Amino acid sequence: MCTTCGCDDHSPLRIDGGSLHPHGQGQAHAAGQRERRSIPVEADLLARNDAHARANRERFDSARVRALNLVSSPGSGKTALLVATLERLSGEIPLAVIEGDQETQRDADRIRATGVAAVQINTGKGCHLDAHGVGHACDHLDLREDGLLFIENVGNLVCPAAFDLGAHHRVLVLSVTEGDDKPFKYPDMFRTADALVINKLDLLPHVDFDLAACEAQALRLNPDMVIFRLSARTGEGLEAWMDWLCAGRPQAQQADDRDEDELETLRRRVAELEARLQRAGLMSS
Amino acid sequence: MHEVSLAREILRILQEQARMQGFGRVHRVHLELGPLSCVDPEALIFAFEAVTADTLARGARLELHRPPARGTCRHCGHGYTMDSLVTPCPRCGGPGRILSGLEMRVRDLEVSGGHAGTSREG
Ligand SMILES: [Zn+2]
Repeated sequence: MCTTCGCDDHSPLRIDGGSLHPHGQGQAHAAGQRERRSIPVEADLLARNDAHARANRERFDSARVRALNLVSSPGSGKTALLVATLERLSGEIPLAVIEGDQETQRDADRIRATGVAAVQINTGKGCHLDAHGVGHACDHLDLREDGLLFIENVGNLVCPAAFDLGAHHRVLVLSVTEGDDKPFKYPDMFRTADALVINKLDLLPHVDFDLAACEAQALRLNPDMVIFRLSARTGEGLEAWMDWLCAGRPQAQQADDRDEDELETLRRRVAELEARLQRAGLMSS
Repeated sequence: MHEVSLAREILRILQEQARMQGFGRVHRVHLELGPLSCVDPEALIFAFEAVTADTLARGARLELHRPPARGTCRHCGHGYTMDSLVTPCPRCGGPGRILSGLEMRVRDLEVSGGHAGTSREG
């Protein structure tokens, strides 16, 4: 039984094909008085999700796990990017994956083939993951210290935007086979993502995709966005992405007890990354 | 289609309020929906009707209130009304930082039935 939610809805969520947990609850009753009255409520629709997200974040922080929420439209190559990433990091840092998908187990199977533990959340008709489902999925995972947790959201650039999962970063994966005007078409998602991966770079010569225009739109919506250009298939550009993944540790309130050497290393890495971005003309001056 | 999730959340709030504030029926829901919230109003109303069909809020009206969104320029600090997430600063053309307009909040309800002031069945 989870503490924040009570789980009294008829959730269509399935974790690894099974239910979240068995339960049942009564209905509100209808009765007598006829006259209408007005009552104040002031309840935010996202408050419950945000409470779950906060609980998830605390859990990740106390386990010293850095969590990433990966969002994209269908067909962006998000799972391929994840597989390529896991293959390179496997054995070096503890890894875990939560796979969001409406119906199938296919993506989780692809992840497990890399040897990394994966939990599948099937959302049924739901077009996005929510923090509640992610919390339950974490119960099925072994979150080990200083590791990375990848949460692959349902392929959809609209609905997942509003739902904080408690991850430290939201990474938006876009491929050059999609339109370069996606940022302005899906502004909420670009506004709320802190990193943008432009995938399938190897196909750029064959498509009509204006990289600079796309990045300018994205930065207009979110000037602080970090941008990576890469090809998960050929491995081109993966290095900068991997460096970024490994450079940070969970949003550290542990910063105090981290020794100076480690901080110095981190600072150097950040400076390197910034320099690299600047060289590529990706950062506004 | 996250409008369905949001409609389900509205219903959950109504059921919780019914237990806390002791009413049996909901006739009207006043919802503040910021113009930058990326919610399709028609889809939300449709979803609300669907998810409340057999509940304490069957037939209830979902009234949307849409106060203008406010932003402030990231370059010159000018405050202005934002029509979209990318409305530029009217003074210098710079990008805006959103101050309000993302709200999704049940403000108040018109209800009947139950016993005002009591909180549990039985
Ligand atoms: Zn300005």
